[in-house]
Amino acid sequence: MAIIERPGAATTPVVVTPTQALGAVKRPVETKGWKEWLFTVDHKKIGIMYGVVALFFFIVGGVEALLIRLQLAAPNGTILSADQYNQMFTMHATTMVFLFAMPMAGAFANYFLPLQIGARDVAFPRLNALSLWLLVVGGIVLNASWFLGGAADGGWFMYAPNSGPVFSPSHGVDFWVLGLQVAGVASLIGSINLIVTVLNMRAPGMSMMKMPVFTWMILVVQFLLVFSLPVITVALVLLMLQRSYGATFFDVSQGADPLLWQHLFWIFGHPEVYVLVLPAFGIISEVLPTFSRKPLFGYPFVVFSGASIGLVGFGVWAHHMFAAGLGPVSVAVFSIATMAIAIPTGVKIFNWLLTMWGGKIWYTTAMKFAIGLVMLFTVGGLSGVTHAIAPSDTQQTDTYYIVAHFHYVLFGGMVFGLFSGFYYWWPKVFGKMLNEKMGSWNFWLMVIGMNLTFGPMHILGLQGQPRRMYIWTEARAGEGFFNLGFWNLVSSIGSFILAVGVLIFLINVVYTARKGKQAPLDPWDARTLEWLATSPPKPHNFDRIPVVHHLDEFFHRKYVEDAATHTMKKVAEGEDLVRAEEEAAEKDIHLPSPSYWPIVLATGVGVLGMGVVYGVPIMVVGAAIVLFASYGWVLEPSVAETIDFEPPSADGSTKEIAPLG
Amino acid sequence: MSETTEHHDHGMSDAGYIKIALILAAITALEVSTYYVDFGPLFMPSLMIMMVVKFVMVVSYFMHLKFDSKIFSFLFYTGLALALFVYFAALATFKFFIA
Amino acid sequence: MADTALHAADHASDHGHHSSTGLSNNKLAMWLFLGSECLLFGGLISTYMLYRGRVSDGPHPSQIYDIPFTSVSSFVLLMSSLTMVLAVTSAQRHDDRRTNLWLTVTAVLGATFVGGQVYEFTTFIREGLGFTTSLFGSSFYTLTGFHGVHVSVGVIFLLSTMGIIKKNKITGNKAEVVELVGLYWHFVDIVWIIIFTLVYLIPA
Repeated sequence: MAIIERPGAATTPVVVTPTQALGAVKRPVETKGWKEWLFTVDHKKIGIMYGVVALFFFIVGGVEALLIRLQLAAPNGTILSADQYNQMFTMHATTMVFLFAMPMAGAFANYFLPLQIGARDVAFPRLNALSLWLLVVGGIVLNASWFLGGAADGGWFMYAPNSGPVFSPSHGVDFWVLGLQVAGVASLIGSINLIVTVLNMRAPGMSMMKMPVFTWMILVVQFLLVFSLPVITVALVLLMLQRSYGATFFDVSQGADPLLWQHLFWIFGHPEVYVLVLPAFGIISEVLPTFSRKPLFGYPFVVFSGASIGLVGFGVWAHHMFAAGLGPVSVAVFSIATMAIAIPTGVKIFNWLLTMWGGKIWYTTAMKFAIGLVMLFTVGGLSGVTHAIAPSDTQQTDTYYIVAHFHYVLFGGMVFGLFSGFYYWWPKVFGKMLNEKMGSWNFWLMVIGMNLTFGPMHILGLQGQPRRMYIWTEARAGEGFFNLGFWNLVSSIGSFILAVGVLIFLINVVYTARKGKQAPLDPWDARTLEWLATSPPKPHNFDRIPVVHHLDEFFHRKYVEDAATHTMKKVAEGEDLVRAEEEAAEKDIHLPSPSYWPIVLATGVGVLGMGVVYGVPIMVVGAAIVLFASYGWVLEPSVAETIDFEPPSADGSTKEIAPLG
Repeated sequence: MSETTEHHDHGMSDAGYIKIALILAAITALEVSTYYVDFGPLFMPSLMIMMVVKFVMVVSYFMHLKFDSKIFSFLFYTGLALALFVYFAALATFKFFIA
Repeated sequence: MADTALHAADHASDHGHHSSTGLSNNKLAMWLFLGSECLLFGGLISTYMLYRGRVSDGPHPSQIYDIPFTSVSSFVLLMSSLTMVLAVTSAQRHDDRRTNLWLTVTAVLGATFVGGQVYEFTTFIREGLGFTTSLFGSSFYTLTGFHGVHVSVGVIFLLSTMGIIKKNKITGNKAEVVELVGLYWHFVDIVWIIIFTLVYLIPA
């Protein structure tokens, strides 16, 4: 391991003597190799791991989607049986929502939120690691089902009583319930962590209204999560108790009401869709100003509309239940609420357009994806407005028109935002620029692919193709050339074009790792504090915690208003600013230390969950691991004892362990 | 550089907390008396009020929320308000509040 | 003043952490957690309220609840909140012995409450209300069981805190740890305040 010294210190050899927890286990101070990653509490490494996991599941979920499209490309499809098809669409959606989208947003949030607010890490670094490993465990539990008797097959919304023991007898739903409970705990812990981080760890001078919009959107998302996750937890627990312990919650013969599941699921499920899209909105709120060479138009409106979307998002859930028999009063109330929520979203669209208006647009790949989001999300938003009108939704619900809507907002919105973030922030994270030429191919193939895949679904829906239909026949495909058959084929071809676009991204990633251009510190002439770090940032992020005087603080350090011409004149490059920070570096920086306990605790939770399916002895083992790890954790200080690092050096400055390279 | 500025010097003395506890005990006794005594039409409203008063007293005094930063109140009461809102609405769609 | 010196020492042990709000990270986290728990228990309570009268088999709530017994139980839990506050004030005065005394009393009261719950559950089962008997049964045991588990976990927190104080192994601010355990404990009490009224006192 490498010892880095604070500037000015004499080189003194250091002896590392790890202290012990529980009298038995030495805490790790290794910072090399795989241990560096498994026991890290550094938000940047955790962010990268979130990204890797999320990307892996993006591919898994994508393959599941391609199998669905292959099955529906031709009449009488033989790729998937009905049962396999049910598993495929269930797992495609579950994987994409819980194992790709949320963790990928988590990757960006973990990596960049502390940097954007001028902090060195999050409020609870070990809890941060725990969230990551719980997600991994949850993903494993969920997907173990494929190998252990079949995956969940009740749709990602898992309506009961269909998902109960009578109609879903395999263990698939059990693994689904357990996997999501574990992943849910991960997100809940993460949300508390990030809210406290934003509230408490902002650099001096950074008031809430000087925070970058990405940070604001992530903050809103965490509030959505902290208050919506418990509701789905209730639903999952009730279902688990029914399936594994004989409870009667969704047993209609006992008097149960199937709507109970639907309410509990969608009270979570609707805020969840804003959890999915707001991070992407945050990303492009950074990208659009940077590549328009203009500040974001109407910053307070963008912030407040984000908060409004979060709040009103808790009041519209039953628009997923318009055809469930709620009665006209309930339907009318939720219909109006749903129309209302289009307003703050519209505000954002206008603010983004006005940001670009009159700007000097630089068409990088990141910018293309951001503009793509604005256009494609608008399409999805418009179909959403048609759903808000309950009578028209009665025709649309459970048809491919809905599938079109949510893929436009999720793929055209969320995924495009994430890809914009990849191209924008890759240089900061990895020190290399993703190739722009490949990026262009990536972008255009994804645009064409996604519109060919999901555009026709509007038509298919209005032509009457229901969701979750595993096969179609010529006899029932309708008359004329442009019938179900035609549009299904177009959609399937589109999905493969989309896949090639994604493949090009993956090739770009590998190519960049091998031969990519070294990135300058501030390649895009950006505006926010994360660019005041090296590429990649040092372990402690900032040599000196910045004092903030402006919104877009980094921009205002580079540019000063020229009194004569009233234009912004560049007075410093990013490199100059970072060099100045290095010269004024702080001498005494304590970073939180690595720990075994997060990954051990997460493993224990996984074993505990499997015990619900496979028996009490396994639960006992899991509980024992959880208890052992909990006590170990509590007894371990968050920063390793001073004696773990050093004898003090000659001039009194401290040293800290840092990773090699 | 400001340190965590929690002050526990305002708030209540031990005697004050005991007084609160006695009030809570008295309210509890009154609640239980509804089991023995017929409150007539006052039954539901009085039980609801007593429940809320006890809840708010424990939160404000024992949990010190009344004396602490308003940020804590915001975080907790937002959760409570959302819970009340969504569950009341959901129960309403089940026609739970219609006699 | 000895008090101020100790007070300063406490802050020093915080590594001089400053925060943008001036508030403690841990305390913010605990209040957020409790805010989210409102939604968890709200869901279980709503499920119970919806299903309390659906008795396909087995006893009806009015036939099975023992209000006098549960009233005593509720009183015990309520008093444990008082003893918890006294533990917190003792910890803030850096009186370790008093702190541990009140933590012990709180744990005993909490364990008594759990014991009462166990007795109540076993009685109900004997009288024909099982977990799977009816919607009423499933909802009742889930709601009160979840609460009972929360109380039990609280007792474990209390005992662990005592043990760690005794061994002088508290890694952070001692008074704050006791305060945070207290917040959790009081929350568990206020959930019961709601459950006692809605589940027991209001007839189905």
